[in-house]
Amino acid sequence: MLADVVARLFTDRVTKDLLEAAEQGQWPTSLWETVEESGLTVPLVPEAKGGAGGTWRDAHVVVRAAGRHAVPLPLPETIVASWLLSGAGLDVPRGPLTLAPVQRDDALTLRRAGTAWRLSGTAARVPWGGAAGHVVVVAAADGRTMVALLAAGSGRVTADLNLAREPRHTLGFDDAPVLAVAPAGDHIPANAIRLYGALIRSAQMAGGLQYLLDQSVRYATERRQFGKPIGAFQAIQHQLAVLSEQSAAAGVAAAHAFRAAEGGDARFEIAVAKIRAGEAAGIGAAIAHQVHGAIGFTYEHSLHFVTRRLWAWRAEFGDEGHWAAELGQAVARRGADALWPDLTAR
Amino acid sequence: MHPFGFELCELPPQAESLRSEVREFLRAELGEATPAQRAGSWGGFDPEFSRKVGTRGWIGMTWPKRYGGHERSALERYVVLEEMLAAGAPVAAHWIADRQSGPLLLRFGTEAQRQRFLPAITRGELSFAIGMSEPDSGSDLASIRTRAERVPGGYRVNGAKVWTSNAHRAHYMIALFRTHSDPANKHAGLSQFLVDTRSPGITIRPIVDLSGSHHFNEVVFQDVFVPEDLRVGEEGAGWMQVTTELALERSGPERYLSSFALLVELIRAVSKEPGERAAVALGRLVAHLATLRQMSLSIAGMLEAGQNPNLEAALVKDLGTTFEQEIPEVVHALLGVEPTSGSGTDLQQLLGYLTQQAPSFSLRGGTREILRGIIARGLGLR
Ligand SMILES: Cc1cc2nc3c(=O)[nH]c(=O)nc-3n(C[C@H](O)[C@H](O)[C@H](O)COP(=O)(O)OP(=O)(O)OC[C@H]3O[C@@H](n4cnc5c(N)ncnc54)[C@H](O)[C@@H]3O)c2cc1C
Repeated sequence: MLADVVARLFTDRVTKDLLEAAEQGQWPTSLWETVEESGLTVPLVPEAKGGAGGTWRDAHVVVRAAGRHAVPLPLPETIVASWLLSGAGLDVPRGPLTLAPVQRDDALTLRRAGTAWRLSGTAARVPWGGAAGHVVVVAAADGRTMVALLAAGSGRVTADLNLAREPRHTLGFDDAPVLAVAPAGDHIPANAIRLYGALIRSAQMAGGLQYLLDQSVRYATERRQFGKPIGAFQAIQHQLAVLSEQSAAAGVAAAHAFRAAEGGDARFEIAVAKIRAGEAAGIGAAIAHQVHGAIGFTYEHSLHFVTRRLWAWRAEFGDEGHWAAELGQAVARRGADALWPDLTAR
Repeated sequence: MHPFGFELCELPPQAESLRSEVREFLRAELGEATPAQRAGSWGGFDPEFSRKVGTRGWIGMTWPKRYGGHERSALERYVVLEEMLAAGAPVAAHWIADRQSGPLLLRFGTEAQRQRFLPAITRGELSFAIGMSEPDSGSDLASIRTRAERVPGGYRVNGAKVWTSNAHRAHYMIALFRTHSDPANKHAGLSQFLVDTRSPGITIRPIVDLSGSHHFNEVVFQDVFVPEDLRVGEEGAGWMQVTTELALERSGPERYLSSFALLVELIRAVSKEPGERAAVALGRLVAHLATLRQMSLSIAGMLEAGQNPNLEAALVKDLGTTFEQEIPEVVHALLGVEPTSGSGTDLQQLLGYLTQQAPSFSLRGGTREILRGIIARGLGLR
């Protein structure tokens, strides 16, 4: 089963050393090659186009595992980018891909220049904007939503990191040459990058929360104080019960959003998932640290590889406030009496 | 490593056509109900309504046809239930029996008991109360002391139950009594019985809740005779049976929909053009609602597959009641309206009703602390 294959691969390869090296800026070349050769980067690309010809369910398995193991690669981003490209009928280049624009207020402008196309504008916080070979952009042009492929080197790169020391670059494009462009596939809205970025982050967070639960439960049975495992204290038991609730809620919300993506319009479910998983991430990280005591607060211990990612991912591609505002406005516009029929129609 | 898991559950197409049928029925039946009445959904005891629901075939939906059931799926039952609760239908006269008493008899009752009780339940004619808690035994249910002593032909019962919802209106109660005393093992020696609420020796006294309403009761047993053939299951098997029953009690959508009517009215109040603050709060509540519904549906899927989602049910009930209790808080923070009772706008009365009911959400059916204990046991911590 895909889940087992992925879990085994990441358990073996995404070690503490590898994560620390990645935080020092080292690109895990051989891990990337293995992941790419296994077809994990292209579950949503048809086999005829060199992909794995899978479903969003497969994508979900991979993205969730990437979150659980804190995989320091733009693997989820590549999955979405390759899906957007192939959905627009474009070829998918090899190598890591990234997505832009990430933030609501960053606009990228596509313009025709004779037979070719050019891109201008600035996109901040682009995941692995330096390491990725190509950037996939969704932007409006000619009154339609277009998918465009650029070489990562075609823009100015200003390096930065998120809390988990994952690269988050600012890319500045100045009439940069577009390698390929085509109208986006069905159901791809103008904000597709932010939307599907939120989708992958919600499943990564769900995976991260599962890790926190497993680790915290294990630690609570191993660590002893007052002559017994700390997990024997009711206060700790209840904290872990809450953590398992948050982990389960994030997992269901994310899985539901991936299932909706299979069907086309997933805007409602993705907003729900990003809001719910983001809130769970905040609560879950706090509980995991409380249960671990001081040792979990050290760089030496591995807990922070996931908690720092949860804090970062929660804010990326729109935080809870951002998505809640959009969702709340949409619900209000539909009116009070539409809530239940709308909800049960999903 | 996880002792629990939530697979997404997809409703079959026939469940969706059933949904429209139920909606149409409810529109006709509930036309004039106010939001506060709708919020009282499972407090609403309306035998006539229950009989209509029975006529439509929506009670005992999953039970065998030979007992009046309809052999439909747990998912179809789920759809009927969530529609009833979302609309705020007065379900109290039938749904305790539908949810737990009937299934308990199906699992542990004798053939004669099934023949006698189940068909009447499915017609919506027979209502049940739950006789578990006692004055000195709440969370520690196994410590109950009401005794059922063997006498010729049956048992003689002495003691008292409390908080028995609708005991004053239900025809029968499924009660847990002590048939044997072993101080070293309080879980042994418990048995369940079908008790006619009009039996000689039973006194039912109202307990008025903090809002002034009467829905639960004290039920005192003085030398009450219960015939042998109304014992449910083996003598002494009561603890195993009652935990099964509690799992049924915790598994449904009622555990996150209690304040749903207030969420609907909140949307009405913030208008179609809400400010940023209201939109954020509303969006967050809807995200929780949508997630809880998927979790609850997932449990229905496990029931349909014949699994035992006890842990998952505890988890969803804790999350769900927290959500139900949060809605009035959000309304207070956003709208600044005074909760009222008896006067004021529909919204004020609804807020008044739910503000006063909310504390019970995380008590009834097992307290928050007990549920978290069950989850912790599932995690292997106890
Ligand atoms: C509206 C309503 C309707 C009800 N209807 C029925 C009914 O129809 N039939 C019926 O049998 N019962 C009914 N109940 C009773 C309900 O099941 C009990 O209230 C519940 O089991 C808790 O018992 P208690 O109220 O005695 O509280 P207690 O058990 O005394 O608990 C008080 C507090 O102590 C906490 N506590 C207790 N033990 C522990 C522990 N081990 N660890 C940590 N904390 C603990 C509890 O969580 C709670 O916060 C109803 C209750 C309500 C509110």
